[in-house]
Amino acid sequence: MTKENMAVWTKSLTKRFGDLVAVNGVSLEIPKGSIYGILGPNGAGKSTLIRMLCGVLTPTSGEGEIFGYDILKESERIKQSIGYMSQKFSLYEDLTVLENIRFYAQVYSVPDDIRNERISQIVKMAGLEGREKQLAGHLSGGWKQRLALGCTLLHKPKMLILDEPTSGVDPVSRRVFWQIIHRLAKEGITIIVTTHYMDEAEGCDELIFIFSGHIIGKGSPKELIAEKNARNLEDVFIKYVEEDTGKKVEASFEDMKFILRDKEGDRH
Amino acid sequence: MNIKRLMAVIKKEFLHIRRDRASLIMAVMMPLIFIFLFGYAVNTDVENIDMAVLDMDKSMESRELVKKFEASNYFVPSVYVKNTGELERLIDTGNVKCAIIIPSGFSKTVNGFGDSNVQLIIDGVDPTIARTALQSGFLLSKNYSLEQLPQLQSSQLSSGEPGLDVRTKVWYNPNLESTKFTIPGLIGLIMQNITVILTAFSLVREKERGTIELLMVTPVKPAELIVGKMVPYILIGTLDFLIALFFGTFWFDVPIAGNTLLLILLGVIFVICSLSIGILISTIAQTQAQAMQMAFLFLLPSILLSGFIFPRESMPFPIMVAGYFIPLTYFLKILRGIILKGSDFTILASEVYILLAFGIALLAVASISFKKRLD
Repeated sequence: MTKENMAVWTKSLTKRFGDLVAVNGVSLEIPKGSIYGILGPNGAGKSTLIRMLCGVLTPTSGEGEIFGYDILKESERIKQSIGYMSQKFSLYEDLTVLENIRFYAQVYSVPDDIRNERISQIVKMAGLEGREKQLAGHLSGGWKQRLALGCTLLHKPKMLILDEPTSGVDPVSRRVFWQIIHRLAKEGITIIVTTHYMDEAEGCDELIFIFSGHIIGKGSPKELIAEKNARNLEDVFIKYVEEDTGKKVEASFEDMKFILRDKEGDRH
Repeated sequence: MNIKRLMAVIKKEFLHIRRDRASLIMAVMMPLIFIFLFGYAVNTDVENIDMAVLDMDKSMESRELVKKFEASNYFVPSVYVKNTGELERLIDTGNVKCAIIIPSGFSKTVNGFGDSNVQLIIDGVDPTIARTALQSGFLLSKNYSLEQLPQLQSSQLSSGEPGLDVRTKVWYNPNLESTKFTIPGLIGLIMQNITVILTAFSLVREKERGTIELLMVTPVKPAELIVGKMVPYILIGTLDFLIALFFGTFWFDVPIAGNTLLLILLGVIFVICSLSIGILISTIAQTQAQAMQMAFLFLLPSILLSGFIFPRESMPFPIMVAGYFIPLTYFLKILRGIILKGSDFTILASEVYILLAFGIALLAVASISFKKRLD
């Protein structure tokens, strides 16, 4: 595939914060229309990488393009074609659902004649009908996250960048959320998502594993499982961490119970 | 600048203000509280100075002199003592701030025989009180002697010292009332303090809550964000200005000698200047606590540097120069000029232009220093 067919293309993207290298030489090629998962332990550099793609952080070195626009020089052009959802809820809690949506519709210059229609589409998609006048801060986790997603879709972006969108959300809301994501992907929107849920990762077309700012694994979920000779993606994740740290991670939560019980038994 | 995006930001800010009722009430109440508090407290007019009286003459004339002091309203002859020891103790303990000693033979002197001197002793610890006591004591006794000795006076004048007769006339504030000087400055000071703080938190709040991150990935321009955040506060700031101006001039009886409309217009320009300082603080600070510290770092020295209390002319050169970098310095000149002297635009033009330049420069710096990036 050529660079032109890529939604995202980066070459040795690096970000330093003083002595800390948060992202170290990351090269990506994300095809248009795919769901691209970024996995890795906390502090691996996922959010930093994503923020560089959004143009919120400036890379220390390396280069990158999003839909052919340079992430350093043309970040304002990029902003028109992407939607970004940060880890933390970043809408205004003291504004109502509708006020939040309206504000972002205007900021993204959604034309007047289609604005109301677009807004009602978004409200419907997020399942927020009847809650338009509720303060965003009073919504529960699942609603908040769907409202945030809705606000990123107002300007019909070509790509969505989601940073741990489902952390702290109940299993039902998580499934509702992913249904929407898959529907959007089918419409041709490229999705980049970070997650700690392996079931979510298995639904991605392609995955990368990041550890201490490096990419340590790449491929489709099936390829990765086969390559590591693992039962599932969670095992792949753990194997990667073990290889990189040289430390053994306790095999399973079920085993853990017995280990603790044995240790207590030893003491008596 | 895109007008629709600007309007979106303005609308959003109005909604924030409407939802935060407590802050809105505070913003409107503050000028009221401050103008009353400062209007009464910042008063350098000294009246009712407690005075001890040691009257060794006990004559009609001596009692008349004490009465003159009492009638002036500057002195209250609160204690009558019998000897100088008692008098000293009263001054030592601070019970009285001054004392008058009328020697025996005072009435004779008044009537043209003998030579005795009335003594006025003043506690100089507080120079403001001491200065007033000294001046008014001197004037009172001089007037008294003029009344009592018309013949002597005229004979002294005709025969006496070479006559350099200086006629003084005080303009604009003939009674030298300190409120006339204080109130206009106070209006400016209150305006500055309230408006700087109003916007100092506006952007920082978004940084702390994380809402700025989402704004940064939208096409909104820094200038749209900054101007949009300021517009609602220009209205609140102008309202605050009108409240302070109304109560300052009516309640404290400091009539506006000049053009009120011009004053209000220039007030709005000053409000924009101060709000820009607040916004600038907001773009630099990372947390609300930092913004608070920076606001105080600016506000406290500006009370002195602007010439609100002490005349800038008597300040050491570098400190006087520092005052030129504070918009309040120019606005104080405008306020005092229009309210007290009735100055018109032509007289205040240079101050107005400097104020305008400040406003534009501060807005530009704030827009440039606000980066749509987190690093």
